[in-house]
Amino acid sequence: MAGAGQPQKDGLRSLSLSGHVGFDTLPDQLVNKSIKQGFCFNILCIGETGSGKSTLINSLFNTSFDDSMSTHFHPNVRLKAQRYELHESNVRLKLTVVSTVGFGDQINKEDSYQPIVDYIDAQFEAYLQEELKIKRSIFNYHDTRIHVCLYIISPTGHSLKTLDLLTMKRLDSKVNIIPLIGKADSISKTELQQFKRKLISELVSSGIHIYQFPTDDEVVSQINTIMNGHLPFAVVGSTEVVKIGNKMVKARQYPWGVVQVENENHCDFVKLREMLICTNMEDLIEQTHTRHYELYRRCRLQEMGFRDTDHENKPVSLQEAYEAKRRKFYLELQRREEETRQKFVQRVKEKEAVLKEAEQRVSMLIQAKFEHLMLMHQEEKLKLEKKRKALEEEIALFNMKKANAELLQTQPMVSTPVSLKRDKDRKKDKGFRLELLCFDITKEETVNGHKQSKREKLERERKSAKGFQK
Amino acid sequence: MEPQERSMEAAAVPQELPPDHGVHELFGYVGIEAVLEQMKVKTMKMGFEFNIMVVGQSGLGKSTMVNTLFKSKVSRKASQPGQEERIPKTVQLQSVTHVIEEKGVKMKLTVTDTPGFGDQINNENCWDPIIKYINEQYERYLREEILITRKRKIPDSRVHGCVYFIPPTGHWLRPLDLEFMRRLSKIVNVVPVIAKADTLTLEEREEFKQRIQRDLKAHAISVYPQEDFDEDPDDRLLNDRIREKIPFAVVGADQEHQVNGKRVLGRKTKWGIIEVENPAHCEFPMLRDLLIRSHLQDLKDITHNVHYESYRVRRLNESNRPALSSNNGLPGRDEDGDESNL
Repeated sequence: MAGAGQPQKDGLRSLSLSGHVGFDTLPDQLVNKSIKQGFCFNILCIGETGSGKSTLINSLFNTSFDDSMSTHFHPNVRLKAQRYELHESNVRLKLTVVSTVGFGDQINKEDSYQPIVDYIDAQFEAYLQEELKIKRSIFNYHDTRIHVCLYIISPTGHSLKTLDLLTMKRLDSKVNIIPLIGKADSISKTELQQFKRKLISELVSSGIHIYQFPTDDEVVSQINTIMNGHLPFAVVGSTEVVKIGNKMVKARQYPWGVVQVENENHCDFVKLREMLICTNMEDLIEQTHTRHYELYRRCRLQEMGFRDTDHENKPVSLQEAYEAKRRKFYLELQRREEETRQKFVQRVKEKEAVLKEAEQRVSMLIQAKFEHLMLMHQEEKLKLEKKRKALEEEIALFNMKKANAELLQTQPMVSTPVSLKRDKDRKKDKGFRLELLCFDITKEETVNGHKQSKREKLERERKSAKGFQK
Repeated sequence: MEPQERSMEAAAVPQELPPDHGVHELFGYVGIEAVLEQMKVKTMKMGFEFNIMVVGQSGLGKSTMVNTLFKSKVSRKASQPGQEERIPKTVQLQSVTHVIEEKGVKMKLTVTDTPGFGDQINNENCWDPIIKYINEQYERYLREEILITRKRKIPDSRVHGCVYFIPPTGHWLRPLDLEFMRRLSKIVNVVPVIAKADTLTLEEREEFKQRIQRDLKAHAISVYPQEDFDEDPDDRLLNDRIREKIPFAVVGADQEHQVNGKRVLGRKTKWGIIEVENPAHCEFPMLRDLLIRSHLQDLKDITHNVHYESYRVRRLNESNRPALSSNNGLPGRDEDGDESNL
């Protein structure tokens, strides 16, 4: 058993083992775990309508994802995402293919790249939100971040279009870009070499960072370096099979010959498949997470106002920043609450004042009316009093007359009629005194009755006047 | 508004949705399974980290056990009394880090020892320094994780497994053992082992194990492998078999002897040689298989996904509470009661 080894560069001693311990199975344990979880891979395919995106994906994954051809008349660029699950031996791959719809079709292409950038940012944002949650389930999280962007360049044979330049410039810091030349069977071999060189020089001079296959691992560095020199790959896609010799191969049949998809001399399809899937899938995923996502996260957190070090260059923990922000926020809320409450109180006061004024005015009106009514009432009362007095005098007079009449009835009947009738009938009957004796009583009675009814009327009136007075 | 709508709708997919078109059959070989190879290569290049803690009274053979596990002199033993390492007055934690390599796989192994645990007359709260240490490691990781510019690979010093040594009394678990395991199984993976098992005969060993298992169940202590984290029936089957044997009765040895012409690790006594790697003699191979060969990644995963996450939840909720209560007097949102003052 060897003792302490030599100290390593980071101060750790390395020990030598005297027997087989068994942790060389660690990578296998890790792999088994990943197999159970499954893999997630998200591809973004950008290219103009009709540049061969869907066919390429179908050829790459050796399966037919049902897709209909899209028209050229979309008003703006959209993204279409489709999820598939592929099984190969014991590996489960959850594949998401996002393609642009209507890219490069519009007359005014200014906003073409914006939906793409927004989509990529939205995926990062979703992941960031999940990561910042308090109760999070990040190991269960279905990763939707775009791992690779296949950018299909039209095979004009000349150079990059401005739209391509602009879009790639915007995307190169957010996603791994692999440029491809689509429908490459329309370019001849010599033209292709020239085209590729032109493209690469344009990309370099515009400062666009396309994805370079990693060359630091000895196992794959050699092949990766070679492949790096073949970028951009000129690809041909096909889902139709043609019989060549005695094999069925994927190919495109022309009157002048057959373009075989998987023939290295015909196009770079095999290289693309190898690089994308067999050799570097894991690296693409890792780059997305460690480089692009971290950059996004950093920018976003700084946007939100967090800092790692404050102005005195002392490290500030994110948590303290959170707390400070929260406190500020609460203070702000409180202030706003106060403000709103003040405003509310103010408004209430105003309303009250207005209402009070109205109330006053109305009460004044009512008061005036009331006084008017009172006056009228008084006048009425006076009038009625006068009337009553008058009537009472009449009653007294009539009573006097009645008493007199009764008195005269007991006396001889000669003299009374004269006196009784003096007021009423004197003008009429001067000569017939005897006759008048007989008629006097009846007339008197009717006159009495008349006076009786009049007296009753007076009584009634007096009573009602009294009632009114009350 | 359309492109925004469309992209947002496609973006709101944090949970797993079923695939649009079902499972596809591949017409030919694509090469997806090469991703496994890529993963292996990458992890071998990166190397692994493993942090293990051994807890138990002094003299139970912790250091020997660790040395036997990793077949090298990982921890120095307090071999003779009178050396400068007397029993310390309080529990002190000592971490030793080594880098070991086997067949191209590099591992950075950290062993944390706890001398002084359970050695005093009054052992109240002797688990506090240990719990503090474990939480400190979580805190360190959390701080690294919430930085704005984070490192590419956050250095992981969290304790992935805690091996607890039970003295071979043959009776029941002692109150100290129960208390310690109860508190610690909530924050870290605890693997209990019966130390110095060569003092028990096979029948005594069986009975002792049964009693311990009953005790653990009665006190609702969930040791590794925990039942709640079995993911699928295969796992459950495998882990059930392991759970039947918990705690493992182990014997540690670092000297080799000649048995039947072979050199084996073992303890030589007057009445025979106890072979450490012989499954008939002791259960050391099972422990080693569990810890290293089959469940090492699982230990790390459970630490990261379960224990670390629950620490993080507690920690972030804690920082909420002061802000809330000072402003409107509402009680805090922390649901898990007094876990924070374990």
